[in-house]
Amino acid sequence: MATTVSMPKTLTQGQLHPRTPWVVLGLSIAGAAGVVSLISMASGEEFSLVGTVALGVLAYLVMIVILSRQIEGSRKATDRLVTALVTGAFLIAMTPLVSLVSTVVILGSERFDAEFFTFSMRNIVGEGGGAVHAIVGTLLMTGTAAIISIPIGLFTAIYLVEYGRGPLARAITFFVDVMTGIPSIVAGLFAFSLFAIFFGPGVRMGFAGATALAVLMIPVVVRSCEEMLRVVPNELREASFALGVPKWLTILNVVLPTSAAGIATGIMLAIARVIGETAPLLIVAGFTASMNTNMFADRMQSLPVFVFTSYANQGVDTQAYLDRAWAGALTLILIVMALNLLARLIARFFAPKLGR
Amino acid sequence: MTATEAPPQTTPLKAKQRLGDIVFSRTSLASGAAILVILALVAVFLIAQSLPALVVDPEKFIGSPPSLWDYVWPLVFGTLWSSALALAMALPLAVGIALFISHYAPRRLSQFLGYIIDLLAAVPSVVYGLWGIGVLAPAVLPAYAWLTENLGWIPLFSGPVSGTGRTILTASIVLGVMILPVMTAICREIFLQTPVLHEEAALALGATRWEMITMSVLPFGRPGIISGAMLGLGRALGETMAVAMVLSPTAIVSFALLQSTNPSTIAANIALSFPESYGVNVNLLIFTGLVLFVITLIVNSIARYIVNRRKDFSGAN
Repeated sequence: MATTVSMPKTLTQGQLHPRTPWVVLGLSIAGAAGVVSLISMASGEEFSLVGTVALGVLAYLVMIVILSRQIEGSRKATDRLVTALVTGAFLIAMTPLVSLVSTVVILGSERFDAEFFTFSMRNIVGEGGGAVHAIVGTLLMTGTAAIISIPIGLFTAIYLVEYGRGPLARAITFFVDVMTGIPSIVAGLFAFSLFAIFFGPGVRMGFAGATALAVLMIPVVVRSCEEMLRVVPNELREASFALGVPKWLTILNVVLPTSAAGIATGIMLAIARVIGETAPLLIVAGFTASMNTNMFADRMQSLPVFVFTSYANQGVDTQAYLDRAWAGALTLILIVMALNLLARLIARFFAPKLGR
Repeated sequence: MTATEAPPQTTPLKAKQRLGDIVFSRTSLASGAAILVILALVAVFLIAQSLPALVVDPEKFIGSPPSLWDYVWPLVFGTLWSSALALAMALPLAVGIALFISHYAPRRLSQFLGYIIDLLAAVPSVVYGLWGIGVLAPAVLPAYAWLTENLGWIPLFSGPVSGTGRTILTASIVLGVMILPVMTAICREIFLQTPVLHEEAALALGATRWEMITMSVLPFGRPGIISGAMLGLGRALGETMAVAMVLSPTAIVSFALLQSTNPSTIAANIALSFPESYGVNVNLLIFTGLVLFVITLIVNSIARYIVNRRKDFSGAN
């Protein structure tokens, strides 16, 4: 390169044509398919799609680097190698995620019918039955957890943003961080330890499950609300103070309405996060086949635990239990997705107009 | 104020305290304090309930281990080992995906992909567990057989291979898939915050895209990558259901990835044993939970420390 003195004839000289990588990729895959089918014919094994793709991608990496190094130089060759690797990383990571979603949809739709949403598992040993008791339990426990944690979380966020100065605020910030890291099963153990003191060592009740979920939910709510309150421009507060509005009315009438959409979004996402928690509910709410709407007595089934127990305690008719587990998983995913979508829509349509 | 000349101020002006103000500020203060109280209660109750396990004769535990630590240590090992494997697999992929979304994919596609990743981060763990045992474990069996046949001389891959695919490697892959969206989301966020001027300056000096990334994006995003990794590690350490469903556990300490005897993790062990436990075994499980709490606390504190120490220099806040 250093010895070249002649000017390039055109701007595109010394560069690969934009379509060249695609051609090389096609050739590599085709060649790999040929090699793999030859091997499979020789050994009598089945044609392996995974092997073809792996071999083809490997061939592409080698060929594009050699080609680019010859024509464009080593720096461009490295760039092309990394581009291929990064894209490859993306595709590799997408494989399990796509597989997960498609499996849940295909296997879950098997029993995704009216009976699933109208029957409980009471007196059912084989086919049939449903998860209505689990859905009701999930809604009750998550709802109670939300009722406990939203006021605490919101007011803590208000304290941190509007009032908090000094060591107490720093301590709260730090311990909210610590709380974010509590493993869900430890939250379950905490709720168990707490309620075991009052109700004896075999305690299982819906309210205990809600307590465990609240422990997990509070830091998430604090975090998102705090973030949203901090976004509110200080000018708005100052304008309100200048008009002589007391601080609490300023917060109530200016700060909160401005950030309401963001707060709603954060709360939705927090609910979506705890509605899928299995471990704490397995420990303190237990599992049951019957409907139970009393939060303060007896075991209460929830949807994630329903999925787990259907899988773990398969009866004689294995397939019926597996189908119900997958249908439960599909329901759970749909609920979570719906909450997420709702949160996005709220964020988009009710966002404050800040004049930008 | 009718007087024209202001009287000399002896005390600083104080705003009138309204009832609403007092109630409101007290309420928010009480909420903040409630969080501290809850966390203190978590610690106190866990310690109180795990104390009996420390003083009782270990013969009374299930499986009658020689001592308490003989019961706890394989679980701690399994927890750390599976999480480390998951992190080792997921971290490079997460950085790759984040780079792809932030700097390689077309702009319109990247927003959509970011949204998909956020959705996947919200998929409940029990669904991942169901997928791991129903789809992944059968699918990886041929690969495991091939690994033990051809690379069996490496201790990690030594045989005999598990016949069900329910090994610690499968569990780690599921864990890796689970923490991938979380880590990707954080890395993507921080990569997108790279000052555009830095990137444009690098490109204007003739850097290729990869050189631009190594010069401006990665140095800028390093604290984000580290905190994302630590957050993912914390998730993996505390993850219960995916491991509980996928792994067939034994109480051993073994690095072998593909055999049918695997160490369990603390969280999975609690979830599987708790419903049938009674008496002092409950205290034993709560003690392991306390150990898990301490481990995750340490990991999260390290992450926080790293991020805070670098925050001043990176401008990522």
